[in-house]
Amino acid sequence: MADLDHLSGLVLGLYNYWIVIALMMTGLYIVMACGNLVKKIVGLNVFQTSVFLFYISMGKVEGGTAPILTGDPAEMFSNPLPHVLILTAIVVGVAGTALGLALAVRIRESYGTIEEDEINAADVSDARLGKGGRA
Amino acid sequence: MEIYVNVVLMGMLAIIALAIVRVRHLFAAVMLAGVYSLVAAIVFVSLDAVDVAFTEAAVGAGVSTLLFLGALALTTRREKVTPNRSFVPLLVVLAIGAALVYGTLDLPKFGDPQAPVQTHVAPFYIQDTRDSIQIPNIVTTVLASYRGFDTLGEVVVVFTAGIGVILLIGRAHLSQRRHDDDESGEEA
Amino acid sequence: MKYRLAERHKLLRVITKMLVPPIMLFGLYVQFHGDYGPGGGFQAGIIFATGIALYGIVFGLDKAKAVFPMGWARNMIAGGVLLYAGTGVWSMLQGAQFLNYNVLAHEVAHAQHYGILLVEFGVGMTVAGVIIAIFYSFAGRPPRMSDEDW
Repeated sequence: MADLDHLSGLVLGLYNYWIVIALMMTGLYIVMACGNLVKKIVGLNVFQTSVFLFYISMGKVEGGTAPILTGDPAEMFSNPLPHVLILTAIVVGVAGTALGLALAVRIRESYGTIEEDEINAADVSDARLGKGGRA
Repeated sequence: MEIYVNVVLMGMLAIIALAIVRVRHLFAAVMLAGVYSLVAAIVFVSLDAVDVAFTEAAVGAGVSTLLFLGALALTTRREKVTPNRSFVPLLVVLAIGAALVYGTLDLPKFGDPQAPVQTHVAPFYIQDTRDSIQIPNIVTTVLASYRGFDTLGEVVVVFTAGIGVILLIGRAHLSQRRHDDDESGEEA
Repeated sequence: MKYRLAERHKLLRVITKMLVPPIMLFGLYVQFHGDYGPGGGFQAGIIFATGIALYGIVFGLDKAKAVFPMGWARNMIAGGVLLYAGTGVWSMLQGAQFLNYNVLAHEVAHAQHYGILLVEFGVGMTVAGVIIAIFYSFAGRPPRMSDEDW
């Protein structure tokens, strides 16, 4: 019985982090295995959001509340420092997504496709024919 | 009680992420990514991160979906089905995942008030906000005052990304020329 | 019965016309009440840009560019960064280090408040300008799919 309590305490205490690892690995798999550039960027977003979940889970304090002062001198707050880091990271993430999508649009206009293997094949055939890079 | 809400929401996130992997129609993948961001925003609320939830809902379920749909209108709708290239990435991902799970066994339990991260600088920020700055939102004071230099760097990053996108696709060049009937290969 | 395109989206047009002013007002509220509740510069910039983007989606890009020209978005991008860095330089001109708000007023609490307000407004301006500029860039390219192919 004590073993079951210990195991359930371990699982509930680390459940958030394990789900975060599953999400991170799913995002990484999408980036690695899918050939479509836009789907890769979607996978990158999944990965980034899982990292945010990791940081915010680490900052949570049991019995605490949102870090906004209300005048009560004896209240407990969740740690505000990960919130600040993740606020910055979210906005930087959307900036990166916008740049990646702009690049995908330009690649589509240059190569006619956004599948990774077709782009590689076009580059190889360009190099074999002696032409320079596409615009 | 709150722990069960957390458990169910994180489970939903895992299911949505698996659905994004399997789906082939890019429009559906983009919509699922928007739903993923929205459920993540709800999880942030249940983890007491209200500023972060606000930003994640606005950015992930709002602007990001808008950008993806704009990019889809300028590219393609469907992902090409490749026959068999998912074995090695699956192995790599499982190996990294196993190593990370082994690494999490040393982490302090979720919600522990005596964890090292809760006792380092956070009590100083909370107490100093009460004493000298006296603004209720502690996240704003840390963001704009204690860590203001980092926020300046981040604004410059957003500025650079905006300039980059304007330079890449800001001018509506009708660049539909194929490469094989053009010898110089350089646009004006 | 076939409707013309404008009539087919009549509900969207009416709702958008009613919603865009409250969206902008909410963006300004979030900007200046970021000290007292959740909010701040980033969220406010994104909400404001979403209002303009909604108007552009429903009424067409030309009308959106007539209401909020691209030049304004470019000026806002640069102006926000200038405002933020300018606050830091102003602190230096008053004798303290870069971005030390304590010298902007006589009391520390008021000075910090002024510094945070200015800096957050700079952040909000840049983020709003960037998102609007990115939306105009993506929407301004000639599309490759017609509306019925979705």
